[in-house]
Amino acid sequence: MADETPLLELRDISKSFGSVQALTDVDLVVHRGEVVALVGDNGAGKSTLIKTIAGIHGADSGEIIFEGEPVHISGPKDAAHLGIEVVYQDLALCDNLDVVQNMFLGRESHDFFQRLNEPVMERRTAETLKTLRVTTIRSIRQAVATLSGGQRQSVAVARAVMWNSKLVILDEPTAALGVAQTEQVLELVERLAHQGLAVILISHNLHDVFAVGDKIFVLRLGRNAGVFDRKTTTQDAVVHAITAGQPTKVSGITDGATA
Amino acid sequence: MTTETVEVTPSVEPPFESFGTRLWENIKGGNLGSAPVAIGLTIIVIVFSLTADNFFTPVNFNNIITQMVGTTMLAFGVVFVLLLGEIDLSIAYLSGIAGLVAAELQQPDSGHFLPGIWPILIALAVAVAIGAFQGSFVALIGVPAFVVTLAGLLAWQGVIQVGIGSGGPIIIQNRWINYTESYFFSKDAGWLIAGLLSAAYVGGTAASILSQRRHGVTIRYPYFVAAKLIAIPALAFLVVTISNRDRGLPLAGLEIIFFLLFWTFIAKRTTFGRHVYAVGGNAEAARRAGISVARIRILVFMISGFMAGVGGIVLAANVRSVAPGQGGGTLLLDAISAAVIGGTSLFGGRGNIRSAVLGAAVIATIANGLFIFQFSPGVIFITTGCILLFAVTLDTIARKRQAKTGR
Repeated sequence: MADETPLLELRDISKSFGSVQALTDVDLVVHRGEVVALVGDNGAGKSTLIKTIAGIHGADSGEIIFEGEPVHISGPKDAAHLGIEVVYQDLALCDNLDVVQNMFLGRESHDFFQRLNEPVMERRTAETLKTLRVTTIRSIRQAVATLSGGQRQSVAVARAVMWNSKLVILDEPTAALGVAQTEQVLELVERLAHQGLAVILISHNLHDVFAVGDKIFVLRLGRNAGVFDRKTTTQDAVVHAITAGQPTKVSGITDGATA
Repeated sequence: MTTETVEVTPSVEPPFESFGTRLWENIKGGNLGSAPVAIGLTIIVIVFSLTADNFFTPVNFNNIITQMVGTTMLAFGVVFVLLLGEIDLSIAYLSGIAGLVAAELQQPDSGHFLPGIWPILIALAVAVAIGAFQGSFVALIGVPAFVVTLAGLLAWQGVIQVGIGSGGPIIIQNRWINYTESYFFSKDAGWLIAGLLSAAYVGGTAASILSQRRHGVTIRYPYFVAAKLIAIPALAFLVVTISNRDRGLPLAGLEIIFFLLFWTFIAKRTTFGRHVYAVGGNAEAARRAGISVARIRILVFMISGFMAGVGGIVLAANVRSVAPGQGGGTLLLDAISAAVIGGTSLFGGRGNIRSAVLGAAVIATIANGLFIFQFSPGVIFITTGCILLFAVTLDTIARKRQAKTGR
């Protein structure tokens, strides 16, 4: 682990909206094949941090290092180009379109005359779902409106993965799901990591976080409040960091040993 | 790892899902498509045929085609606008504007006479430009389409009245314009057209099956595809058989088929069409997927304007003149009703191009049949109104059921 370059490294990210300081000197490190859980109370700055990585809004200061190179992400297209895909909480699927159509939305396979190449898209959708072992969807030609919450989440995740992405960010993927479907999605998250992707999982649910997270980053009031290794920590320690944690750094870079 | 091989199935698809299962799923899911209107139209035709002597005749068959062609052209545009979840109230008077432009330009001694099909082309260009103009307000500034096109409804009505002035109707002598409504193909040409269309359909289906095979994609409902391969050529030849007993296949009928095929291709087989459905289904999702929502909206209003223009030419040819009231009456409501009765949702994202034809056929058949029975226009309006209410109710129920079926 130690000699491997992290896939994504954030250093001293700060962001303010007018007089509100949303993020102060935040660090984050994500390796390939690793699920990083990002936790924190409401208003801790999780969404702001994610939007910085996704290029929705830029940071005021700080560095983003992707695959060892400093990068500047100034829009969602930049993020996609690097291989960063975000699955937002509200999924951003079109209910009236079928699974294949949603998977390729905005990036349809077509020829010179803009004619859609359905067989190619159907084939790739089937392959991607098979690789991720999403087997509960009966037909990839059924409208997304007819899918369950877990299946929809799987489609959204599969769409993010299909485009040779290296980092997938999941924003509260299990928030609206029942027990069985949550299990389904968590298994999918683990599989992504097994395939060598880096995953950032935002969640309120510590059960989910401990089920799949390799490392747990805690944010509190826009600052780092601890980095935990799942294997060596307890839920109580994480809860304490979320509710009453002290900023873990004064300057410089923290590593996983802080907590 | 070794056990994994057992789990891998050759395909994600279940090997065979019967057409019947899928149909039942669709009905349960509130996805009725064109089935209700197709059944309704059949019933209407049977009832009129059994009760009136002079309804089911070749002459009347061709009459219904020429009576519905104007409404159908406008309704094609309406389907696109409805797919987007918008509305365009300006189309009827916009069609009047196109008729007026074409009529003005074909006046022999007006000083701006243009020969041949030039008046038609320029009228269509004007209609497209107006569509783009109105669409820009909706797409770029965010003014509700209802208001923008309501303003258009008022303004273009005024422009027609001012444009024609006190001189009375402009008579149309340009034969190209008049042909759009009154040209009939010779019997042999009719057979040739039916043959070509059938060949094109069979060829297209074969090409798509081959392409699916090449990519190893399962062909769904093979029996359904086979049934359509027989039914559609049969229908084409049936239509020509009936039409040939009268004056022959009307050009108006071919116009309907041409635009039906063309717009269905655009809506179902191109990236643009896919994006129209996406924007209508979830505009935010479309935007996040990198689709230029504004561009799609403006293009759809241009299509709406273009088809209003085409309809305007046909309707002007219908009376061979353009009067101050051109585009008035029930044209707007007929066109919107046609799309909705045909099964296109008012709520965006769901519908088919063919609903324009099916709905317009229902409206024209009812008007035609009730007219034969010498009912007053009032009765025709009441009947059409009831059918429209029924269609929208069906759509609303379907939408609610669709929201519930998520398992």
